[in-house]
Amino acid sequence: MQFFNKTNIDFISKRYTYFVISALLILFSIGAYIYRGGPNYGIDFTGGMLMQISFEKNVSLQEVRSALDEGGLKSFELQTADRMIMIRAKREVGSQQEFEKTVTNAFATKFADNKITVDRVEYVGPSVGEYLSKQALYAFVFSFLGIIIYVAFRFKSALWGITGVIGIIHNTIICFGMVIITGKEVDIIVIAGLLTVAGYSINDTIVLFDRMRENMRLSIKDDFGTIVNKSINAVLLRTVVTSITVFIVSCSLFFLGGEVIHTFAYIMVVGTSIATFSTIFLCAPLVYEWETRKRNRAKAARQQQTFSKVK
Amino acid sequence: MGKINWKFWITAALLAFSVWVLLPSFQWSQMTQERRDQAERTRDPILGKVLKLGLDLKGGTHLLLEVDASGLEDVKVKDAVERATEIIRNRIDQFGVAEPMIAKQGDRWIVVQLPGIKDPKTAKDLIGRTALLEFRIVNNSREANEVLDILRDKGITPREFRDNPSAFPEIEKIMPEGASVYESKEGGYYVLDKAALTGALLTNAKVEFGGQFGQPIVSIEFNKEGGKIFADITDRNRERNLAIVLDDIVQSAPVIRSRIPDGKAIIEGNFNAEDARLLATVLRAGALPAPVVVIEERTVGPSLGDDSIRKGFGSALIGLIIVLLFMIVYYRLSGLIADIALVINLVFLMAVMAYFQFTLTLPGVAGIALTLAIAVDANVLILERIREELAAGKTARVAVDAGYDKVFWTIVDTNLTSLIAAVFLFQFGTGPIKGFAVTLSVGLIISMFTAIVVTKMIYDFLFRENLLLKFKI
Repeated sequence: MQFFNKTNIDFISKRYTYFVISALLILFSIGAYIYRGGPNYGIDFTGGMLMQISFEKNVSLQEVRSALDEGGLKSFELQTADRMIMIRAKREVGSQQEFEKTVTNAFATKFADNKITVDRVEYVGPSVGEYLSKQALYAFVFSFLGIIIYVAFRFKSALWGITGVIGIIHNTIICFGMVIITGKEVDIIVIAGLLTVAGYSINDTIVLFDRMRENMRLSIKDDFGTIVNKSINAVLLRTVVTSITVFIVSCSLFFLGGEVIHTFAYIMVVGTSIATFSTIFLCAPLVYEWETRKRNRAKAARQQQTFSKVK
Repeated sequence: MGKINWKFWITAALLAFSVWVLLPSFQWSQMTQERRDQAERTRDPILGKVLKLGLDLKGGTHLLLEVDASGLEDVKVKDAVERATEIIRNRIDQFGVAEPMIAKQGDRWIVVQLPGIKDPKTAKDLIGRTALLEFRIVNNSREANEVLDILRDKGITPREFRDNPSAFPEIEKIMPEGASVYESKEGGYYVLDKAALTGALLTNAKVEFGGQFGQPIVSIEFNKEGGKIFADITDRNRERNLAIVLDDIVQSAPVIRSRIPDGKAIIEGNFNAEDARLLATVLRAGALPAPVVVIEERTVGPSLGDDSIRKGFGSALIGLIIVLLFMIVYYRLSGLIADIALVINLVFLMAVMAYFQFTLTLPGVAGIALTLAIAVDANVLILERIREELAAGKTARVAVDAGYDKVFWTIVDTNLTSLIAAVFLFQFGTGPIKGFAVTLSVGLIISMFTAIVVTKMIYDFLFRENLLLKFKI
């Protein structure tokens, strides 16, 4: 079986259209950022407290809210689903013990005949929130640097490494924008998702770059545009098949994996699609732009030289 | 022929080893909850061989503690954090948690992981208690009585004074040298001289049911040095009161009748049996050199953990099965071969996790599913390449060999760059994310082996036995 026969599409000639699409996608992310007033950072980064509690019998949002209000709990977010409720309080929550006690006492008085089980407690102090934010930033910076160095070393050109990382940054920004627009909470698992997308993007890009390098060796006579087009067409089927397999798993995690990995799976679903796009429509054309300019300059320099010799 | 042989034997040996490594985990999964509880209580050696589940799957508490070293000189901070780590370890051991993890992190943080704990609150109290035990002589001087009068008249509590003495100059002026003021459990105030002895010199503390009304008391015993000091204090201060101060609260202040030479004493207070037991535990394990504060807690109850196991494994498995089926439908025989490699990959991955006792977390489960899906890529690369070679008119065997040769470095490059991201991810974040980074990294390394060596071996075998004459993908 084969999804389609060997293609012969000219990708390079329409590269400015793709650049515009990429720019629009980035603009979309920036727009999402402004529209939502920044990401909805979770307690991992803001510090705060989260309690997930299940009741024996169903409770309503109003009942729970009024119980907590009467119990004296200040500024909190509340989510309910049947017998399960989730209480979140961001930033300064004061003493953790105090918080837990207020909540359990409030429920004990209001719902005397409805037993509660505390399923999850998360408390993140302000110093930890700061620490995790810094760590997240380091993780991105160092893995990007690592990738640039590795790719530059393997392809004997910093240009290819940088292009690969531009692709990664492009994908990360767009995935992040897609998270922001939904208002999903940004916690450390989101960072893990973004880094996984980064890994997947570079994986995808390298496959194409390797093919371009191989074709450059095999057909020295072809101009660079032909080489890039030939290479993209050659790996197109592979890209589609691999994207499908990763997409299948991501979707399965997204629909069946439960609350905790939901956002992570969402990022993977978005990320695999956008990574495929960026490899073909952003990274390869960028390398083309750069390489042809370099070659043109070299040619001009050569002509200059010949010219001066003649003179 | 020879070439196939060594590849075959290596793969077979690794597979056999993996199955052997995974056997305890399989046995564990078949056990009833009671058998598991029993194994945990008796610290059965099987525990060290079973695939380790993270707190998010197993249920339990993760705590990050900060040693508040503000009262210490810089040189002593490192020592204090190390001692605090040891003391917390002792306290938890006494509390009885199966397989706790206690480790220093960074300069002044301590990570504590308590899997499967039913009562995280008590554990937290136990860990966080400073339990600073001091013995101080009660100061009965005229100045001391004046101090107490002022406190009472102006309604100042001892705590307020101790927190900020300079705010009360009239008290500070007359306070005897080195002394301070404390509240007792019953609410009375005492002026106490500087600590004559601390709990650091204790060797033992246990609960006894003595006392006047058979109420629980804690009997303590000092080491040789402490015993000598104690004998000296009791000798010099006969007929005076010796206050036993725990965490700045006077527990009792008995009158010293005679010199106590053997370094033994009792602490009386209005404890119930549980209080007394906790106090004895804390004293025995030693007092913390500096207060510790919980700065991060992540507790997952057992029912939520079970739910995560079900959903996490379920969704990963369904995703993988669809991928396996897709490969067979799309690539037929070659897809089947790739699937075999994928299953072997999964077995190896789980075996590595169990053997090295890496922790499997919920994101880790997602990581396994994703790595396998990405591992398919290596096979897809090879197969699409073989297709191209076949289209170029090469015979099946030559096409297969060329396909493998040409994509070898691509596979290495893609896996290594992905590995870079995974390694930095490992440096970051808490347990569940680390678990994800581990499965991702291990999976990437293994997939290079299975995609390149194992599938090639199967092709070589098929060609050699002439089972594969016509080759179509």
